[in-house]
Amino acid sequence: MEDKTMSKFQLITKGLVKDNPTFVLLLGMCPTLATTTSAVNGLSMGLATLFVLVLSNMAISAIAPVVPDKVHIPVYIVVIATFVTILQLLMQAFTPGIYATLGLFIPLIVVNCIVLGRAEAFASKHSVGDSALDGLGVGLGFTLSLTVIGLVREILGSGSAFGWKFLPGDGMLAFVMAPGAFLVLGYLMVLFNKYLAKK
Amino acid sequence: MAVQSNLKSMVLCLTTVCLVCSALLAGVYAMTKAPIDETSARILRESIGAVLPEGGELSEPVAAEVGGQQSEYYVLTKDGAPAAYAVKSCVPGFGGTLEVMVGVTADGVVYNTSVLSHQETPGLGAKCTTDVPFMEQWRGFDPAARVLAVRKDGGDVDAITASTITSRAYTLAVKNAVDLVRSLAGAAPTDGATGASVRPAETQNDGGQDNE
Repeated sequence: MEDKTMSKFQLITKGLVKDNPTFVLLLGMCPTLATTTSAVNGLSMGLATLFVLVLSNMAISAIAPVVPDKVHIPVYIVVIATFVTILQLLMQAFTPGIYATLGLFIPLIVVNCIVLGRAEAFASKHSVGDSALDGLGVGLGFTLSLTVIGLVREILGSGSAFGWKFLPGDGMLAFVMAPGAFLVLGYLMVLFNKYLAKK
Repeated sequence: MAVQSNLKSMVLCLTTVCLVCSALLAGVYAMTKAPIDETSARILRESIGAVLPEGGELSEPVAAEVGGQQSEYYVLTKDGAPAAYAVKSCVPGFGGTLEVMVGVTADGVVYNTSVLSHQETPGLGAKCTTDVPFMEQWRGFDPAARVLAVRKDGGDVDAITASTITSRAYTLAVKNAVDLVRSLAGAAPTDGATGASVRPAETQNDGGQDNE
């Protein structure tokens, strides 16, 4: 019932704030921690996931009625893996620069639980159009979160923002490495949830 | 939901989905193969151009063993004699294989280096493609006058901050390339006797240490 009363606009915004995949649902932590060493890397990974999320949501919502229950997970994974591989080939061909830095993490989108999570929880029960919007919203939420984490880590760790260096020297290198990823994620989560609680 | 889960429907569904997905992937692969090959060929051409002096004539790739790995090198011929070599050197880095194109002149001095591909950590080891002081120190690096090892290991190579493993791997890649060129030049009549007698012994020594 709740979903029926939801407007198209709300479908997008709920992924950004209320159901934010990173700060509220804590999904997809592996790419979140691994790729956010700089704002640009976070942004690229977010957009790559967004691309897969929208397409897989649409495809899965279209085929869901004819997929037998017992094999729905393997079918969804095959569909998702197909889109990820397509994305990987396209990036390799047309954006070799981004592929050189992120190529290692792209295949991991297959096992990103956000993508399978949305397929299970939303796409398999809703129309193709609504599923696309849902994918767009959640994807944007993920992109935004990753960009913010990447930006904070880049500022503290390298003294630059989006590749633009404003502090000389190396910055606090711990923030470029794994411990910094956990610290930044934790503190941003606190801030985000404090803001949500106030509303 | 709608369809009963019996053997027939499950097999049918999985087969259809896999067939459609494979066909889709085959299509995209065929479509992107040309641009991908073009890009990698362009990167190879550009990196060879970047690590060798201007002019002269470049040979076709020659297969060779570089640091115990099957690889290849290119010879730049000027005035009928080999003037420089571009060696593709592959070593294990921190995240995976580090592929470096190393330009070495016939007298064994490094001309320049360029990374072909790497899987180093973004923001740390990946700086080997952006860190200007690290990259520039290879220009004109003479292994006969300076020690080809990072400062931590008692050498003259400045490592990238917090990325000693990547810097070591990079140094090893350069060293393997220099060793190859030395053995090539040692066989050629242009090089003196000193190169032949001293250098192979040094190579073997270092090789032994690396393995342990």
